[in-house]
Amino acid sequence: MRIRLQQICHVRSGDKGDTANVGLIALKQEYYPMLRRYVTAERVKAHFEGIVLGPVERFELPNLGAMNFLLHGALGGGGTKSLKNDAQGKTLGSALLRMEIDIEEELHLP
Amino acid sequence: MKSKIRIASGQGFWGDLLTAPVDQVTKGPIDYMMMDYLAEVTMSILQKQKRKNPELGYAKDLIPLLEQILPTCIQHNIKIITNGGGVNPVACGEAILHVARRLGIKQLKVGVVVGDDILERIDEFKASGMELKNMETGEGLSTVRERLLSANVYFGAFPVVEALKGGAQIVVTGRTTDTGLTLAPMIHEFGWSASDWDKLAAGTVAGHILECGGQSSGGNFSADWRSVPDLAHIGFPIAEADPDGEITITKHDHTGGMVTLQTVKEQLLYEIGDPKQYITPDCVADFTTIQLEQAGRDRVKVCGVKGSAATKFYKVSMSYLDGYTTVGTLTYTWPDALEKAKRADEILRTRIQDLGLHFDEFRTEFLGYNSCHGALAKDISEPNEVVLRVGVRSSEYGAVERFGKELAPLILTGPPSVTGFAGGRPKPSEVVSYWPALLPKEAVTPRVLFHEI
Repeated sequence: MRIRLQQICHVRSGDKGDTANVGLIALKQEYYPMLRRYVTAERVKAHFEGIVLGPVERFELPNLGAMNFLLHGALGGGGTKSLKNDAQGKTLGSALLRMEIDIEEELHLP
Repeated sequence: MKSKIRIASGQGFWGDLLTAPVDQVTKGPIDYMMMDYLAEVTMSILQKQKRKNPELGYAKDLIPLLEQILPTCIQHNIKIITNGGGVNPVACGEAILHVARRLGIKQLKVGVVVGDDILERIDEFKASGMELKNMETGEGLSTVRERLLSANVYFGAFPVVEALKGGAQIVVTGRTTDTGLTLAPMIHEFGWSASDWDKLAAGTVAGHILECGGQSSGGNFSADWRSVPDLAHIGFPIAEADPDGEITITKHDHTGGMVTLQTVKEQLLYEIGDPKQYITPDCVADFTTIQLEQAGRDRVKVCGVKGSAATKFYKVSMSYLDGYTTVGTLTYTWPDALEKAKRADEILRTRIQDLGLHFDEFRTEFLGYNSCHGALAKDISEPNEVVLRVGVRSSEYGAVERFGKELAPLILTGPPSVTGFAGGRPKPSEVVSYWPALLPKEAVTPRVLFHEI
């Protein structure tokens, strides 16, 4: 089945220079293995094509049912240099929630 | 030794909710209140203010705030720890004493942490082989040396601890880490050693949860955001710490917001890099060891945190002048709002080209359509209105200023049903870029000065 990350995750994003970070958190611990399996750094890089110009790194926090993504070159130079309305990447978290994944698991979502 | 201390978060950034610190000291018991005022860009803004007036260069908001809460803090023995001293913590300390005298306070000791400002010592460090290369790009400092605006070392908790040991009721610092402001009272009260890495890491994690104010107690909450009660009266977070390094995040009763596993998790994930290596001057905390537990309503227990030895370096935050930008907006309405805005952008670009102006970047966004999610934004069929937002960046002030004069003419010489230019021509503003570097810890020594009545 195909689901949108919005259905199984919550997020927070922020900045460090020209790099944005997106914390992707499973709404229920049981969803976390699916995040690990399907939301790879490559998939996230492809999702943000044209927005994230550099590489994407992924870090796992199984203790929080969460993953941290570093999106390099995502903020138009960052800080006061950036001409973006969202120069600090505050809304890149919600942009990741748009991502769709095809899962093999059976899932009953509310 | 106390069996428990309560440390409250009063401000998460310069510009935060002004009533929050007042609520923290009046709506329930606390022992300490930390207030974080400094972001990467803030130091350069403060440096500019200090250059114009040597008495300035600190977070000015702090003074009227203290005027309001100082009597309560003294009455209830609440100690205040803040990095709002910016680039002039000594002047900030004096301004605080000035206010205290005016309030008729007879006794007050302010501890001022200095030594983080290394702008005058850059060449000395270079001569000793400390190059302060950009730790992200590897570039040498010489490329921006002449344009440096500020240079500050991030100190950790220990200089604040020294100030508390010396009896300070208020501790004012320059560039001290946000986390150090929360960790310091734990070290002071519980006598933690400088190599008790797990406890230092636990206090650091508490500091990370507190450092953005309401962002861990229901603000900017992305899960079921509608479920957050009474955000209008949000209670900022409070960390209860015990001598073993067990922390409980909570907030005062009868305040809005909420403290849940989800609100705390979101803040833990905020602006971090490799979670196994959360590096501060005090320790390296491993965020993958954090265990959270809901321990009652608006109470989240944080335990299990593991830490390891601090590195031999201080992080240095420098800023330098890096050209100019300007950004302007125009609002177009139905019918064909987006198409009109796009046409206006084309006309603008043609005129800029005709003028022979060149920019390092020329960016167009359509607010209400794609300014935040870019290519991921879904098409919209008939928007009621769209805001055209255009911006440029250049090392040449003149080019940026000239660009600012091309927006207003679009109202009478471009597509119709346009408004929203009441603010006048957009003016060039300075770009302040950030230069992170590392410096061996032995190169600088924090000092604590005491000012008292």
